[in-house]
Amino acid sequence: MNALRAILLRREMGIFVAIIVFCAIVGILKPRFLELDNLRVILLLVPLIMIAAMGEMLVVIARHVDLSVGSTLGFAAMMTALMFKLHPEIPFYLGFPVAIGIGAVLGLINGITVIVFRLPAIIVTLGTLYLYRGLTFIASGARQIDRQFIPSPLKAMSANSPSYWLPWIVIIAVVVVLLAYWFANHTRLGRQVYALGSNPAAAPLRGIPVTAVTLAVFAISGALAGLAGILYASRWGFVNPSNTGWGFEFQVIAAVVIGGVSINGGVGSVLGVVLGVLLLGCVSAALPLLGIPGTVQSAIFGLVIIVALVIDQTVRERGVQALTTTRGARA
Amino acid sequence: MTDASAPDLPLISARGISKSFAAIEVLRDVDLDLRRGEIHALLGENGAGKSTFAKILAGVHRPSRGTLALNGEPVEIHTPIAAQRLGITLIHQEPISFPDLSVAENLVLGRTRGSPLAPVPWIEMAREARRLMDLLGVKIDVNRPMRGLSIADQQMVEIARALASDSRLIIMDEPTAPLTPKEVETLFGIARRLRNEGRTIVFISHRLEEVRQLCDRVTIFRDGNKIATDDIANLSDGDIIRLMIGRPLREYMKKQGTTIGEVALKVEHLSSPGLFSDISFELRKGEIVGLGGLVGAGRTDVARAIFGVAPAQSGTITIDGKAVTIASPSQAIGLGLAYVSEDRAISGIFRTLSVEENITAAVPRQIAPQGVIRRAIARTLASDSVRKLRIRLASLRQPIGELSGGNQQKAILARWLLTDPSVLILDEPTRGIDIGVKAEFYEMIGDLAAGGHAILLISSELPELLALCDRVLVMSEGRLTADIPRAEATQESIMRAAVPRSSKTAVAA
Amino acid sequence: MTTEPALQPAVQTANPLDAAPARPLWQVVLIRPVMMTVVLLILEPIVASIFWPQSLDLGYVLSTFTLTAPLALMALVLTLVIIAGEIDLSPASSMALTACVFAAVLQAGVPFPLAVLICVGLGFVLGLFNAFLVVYLRLPSLIATIGTLTFYRGLAQVLAGDNSIKFPDWYMGLNLVTVLGIPVPDLIVTLAAILLALLLSATIFGRQIYQTGTSEVAAQHAGIRTRLIKTTLFVTLGVVSALAGMMFTSQLGTVRYDLGLGGELQMVLMAMLGGTYIFGGRGSILGTFLAAWLLSIMTNAMNTASWLPATQFCLLGVLLIVSIIATNFIYSRTQR
Repeated sequence: MNALRAILLRREMGIFVAIIVFCAIVGILKPRFLELDNLRVILLLVPLIMIAAMGEMLVVIARHVDLSVGSTLGFAAMMTALMFKLHPEIPFYLGFPVAIGIGAVLGLINGITVIVFRLPAIIVTLGTLYLYRGLTFIASGARQIDRQFIPSPLKAMSANSPSYWLPWIVIIAVVVVLLAYWFANHTRLGRQVYALGSNPAAAPLRGIPVTAVTLAVFAISGALAGLAGILYASRWGFVNPSNTGWGFEFQVIAAVVIGGVSINGGVGSVLGVVLGVLLLGCVSAALPLLGIPGTVQSAIFGLVIIVALVIDQTVRERGVQALTTTRGARA
Repeated sequence: MTDASAPDLPLISARGISKSFAAIEVLRDVDLDLRRGEIHALLGENGAGKSTFAKILAGVHRPSRGTLALNGEPVEIHTPIAAQRLGITLIHQEPISFPDLSVAENLVLGRTRGSPLAPVPWIEMAREARRLMDLLGVKIDVNRPMRGLSIADQQMVEIARALASDSRLIIMDEPTAPLTPKEVETLFGIARRLRNEGRTIVFISHRLEEVRQLCDRVTIFRDGNKIATDDIANLSDGDIIRLMIGRPLREYMKKQGTTIGEVALKVEHLSSPGLFSDISFELRKGEIVGLGGLVGAGRTDVARAIFGVAPAQSGTITIDGKAVTIASPSQAIGLGLAYVSEDRAISGIFRTLSVEENITAAVPRQIAPQGVIRRAIARTLASDSVRKLRIRLASLRQPIGELSGGNQQKAILARWLLTDPSVLILDEPTRGIDIGVKAEFYEMIGDLAAGGHAILLISSELPELLALCDRVLVMSEGRLTADIPRAEATQESIMRAAVPRSSKTAVAA
Repeated sequence: MTTEPALQPAVQTANPLDAAPARPLWQVVLIRPVMMTVVLLILEPIVASIFWPQSLDLGYVLSTFTLTAPLALMALVLTLVIIAGEIDLSPASSMALTACVFAAVLQAGVPFPLAVLICVGLGFVLGLFNAFLVVYLRLPSLIATIGTLTFYRGLAQVLAGDNSIKFPDWYMGLNLVTVLGIPVPDLIVTLAAILLALLLSATIFGRQIYQTGTSEVAAQHAGIRTRLIKTTLFVTLGVVSALAGMMFTSQLGTVRYDLGLGGELQMVLMAMLGGTYIFGGRGSILGTFLAAWLLSIMTNAMNTASWLPATQFCLLGVLLIVSIIATNFIYSRTQR
């Protein structure tokens, strides 16, 4: 009974219910929404956000934020695509280590700047958001890299046809989620990320390597954005210096905060973020079916970020209040 | 790590330990041996040096001079983690924790070594945590998050941490202050058992009764010196209090012949759950009323409530015969209140701004009658204050952070005098100030009262209260426990009211 | 709970026993972040003239500044917000939203004065919403205004779709009107800078902005109504972004939802390059004003050298981080 109550009261439950209710309503209005074809659309919509959100989640749990994920995605995608364009003989799978490595380096640059100069991560990554985007332009000569240069096996990884029921990019996203779950809950470093975000002042007193943990979360966030970058090339078959990953950071952050990760650090779960991403995916997929123009999407993301922040803050303040009253009652 | 050789060799021997912060020496040449398997109390007034000494043992501070030996071997304890590795644990009054992690994780965190990707042994971790909790005889679900645990339970987790790392020296800094009598009993039971296992416990407390119940030996600190170490059985309560406060009274006395006028501030049944309850007193014009008690007794909370920083939940405040509600400092200032707060660095000064801006911060109407700042007025006000209070500075445009602590404090006092307050609340006004400037402060406070201001003086320094005040109120654990007129006030009488006797049921005056 | 004296020692370490001697006057005057801006502003046209010979031509500099003017106007008010210890990343989005509404109501035939009123009123509401999130719900302003940044621009997109809305011809061309040879937008920014500089340095409100940003706790203890001050600043910034939108659209003649996209970077950059301290309490209007000219000249030089917009953003991003680091460095050296 108690266990059931605990499950029902989990924050993730709220998001889960929201997804069910939303899908039910849309399904009643437009039965096509729940058909297999449409579900597959959703399935192809979410992997990129899902992968980047896992990295962002760790950064936010450590009480930082990474605004540069969209630009990192763009840069990694562009560099990988350029490599394929200039050297078509390179096997497509080598693109993965390249993209991930480039992303990790960009993430490390964020982390080092935050640590060395003691600046708020949000300002640093606002700067690198534009810096990395600009580098993408310079590297590409402002030209899009078109379909013919992206290796076919790479494109096939996100092929959307009944013969490929489960496209590779979905499988990769699932693997990343499982790894993130393992990392966050079952490794020393993962738990240190939670500890750092939960009480940064106490972390050094308890022997937590603050610098290493901070660098690690930024590097992971960058690496996963890089992975999302090469998958972008796979999914869309082109890489454009201005469109690729533009505004992506807001979707990722929206997913993370809806998923119940607290911007005050220390709180957040992989399951919550997965549900957050799915909820956003459902909303994105439902809009065109409902005849709502796609332009509404970014307003919705913005609103969702604000609402999630407000909910997070109220939950926290109520928690603090409860704490002081129990103390008061004892005195 | 365990070392059974030479049982009479002390676990820790400290020799000539001194510690200075800036130029102020807070600990002077302390020699102290801690034996194996004893509970050793450190006693002393606030600021006597006992906590500093404890923190040196635990690696929080490093001594300016002196040596420490562990089991006869000289050691240097650079950091709290190094102390932990040597088997020394300090349990803070407000325990350190990671509120979002589980109890079991909090127990383990920072102790285990291994690669960053080493697996977290959840099951063994929980089993070990449960074993420690059972050992301590407390019922805490080790899988729940720390957030929301009572202070007592958080302390138990800290003690469990100490056990888990097999600490040989456990320092408890005023552990009983936030506990209920029953929790105190549990804690004492555990402490005795740990002693019987051969561990050493250092116990810092103000409660003589508890010290007598629990401890084997006591060491008394005063003004940064170790005064005495003896078996508790050899000392009476009277002896201990005398040793704690035995210093000559200062000669700064309140100027006599001040006429005490009508009531300026009246506080009735002021309560704020968890901080203080049912506080009632009166403050008359020309009167200096002291508010004594131990740190954490709720004195500052009362001041903050009166000044509107953190308004009380119930009770009434009357100023000059009119009942008022004060929800913010700006209202309080409008009603003629002024509050020199206890932590000057955080809630007093604007570090990087000029002395002039700091002094005139509370009187916007005077320096800018129509909203535009009149430089000449501001400068005159500030330089007059500087002259009157003898603030030593190079220039009015100097950032206040460049002044000494005493002069900063004078500038803050000057800020409030410009508002021409009828009631002035001074919260530890002379803390961290050297003796020469202190004397000036005492004179000023006397003059202010003579000028008809009503003054509430919060102080932990007994001589200060005795020398300056017409009456001394004493708080203990959130309640007023005494109202002692000047004639009857002695260090002993104040101490007696301040030290909580039987843990929670504070004796009314 | 009262604090244990544990904190006390650290405080004392920071306060030497005797008053340190004041720094010499020349140091006080010369070693401050705004001097960095001045030096850069002197050097820059010379460097820029390599790409763009007209950078030394005052008339040309004045006429190209009109495109930076709307952002500069908002950056001036943003400077006050940052000095007060908060930040607002949403003004560029507020500008886009209010400008789209403005265009839409004009197109719908609403009389001009009423349209202005609607636009400014909307700016007020947007600023108030930011204040609500930051001052009353106590959300960190950086992250809260990231949310409103997305939200406001999203609303503009909902309203205007991907189309441009045209303004009537009579409304266009504010930048072509000149007084004494100076384009009106430049004059507006200059006038606003003078007013805000006076507000900041000569009035009690300005002084309390600094005090709030230096230490909000100390300011509250001194009876300063910090919440009121912050609310006023956020609301003012909302209103000013509406005005900036009107100014901008008069120059462009049309408006799309992406008006001033990425403008938050340039605005924060202007404030940071001008020596405003990212953690509040220090900074000047003069610095931001000079930095705005600096950026304008730089942007034009880069345009003339036909650098791509994103390449320019890249430089701006680096500049942002470098200027924050430099400002922090100068403050940490000169003020103890």
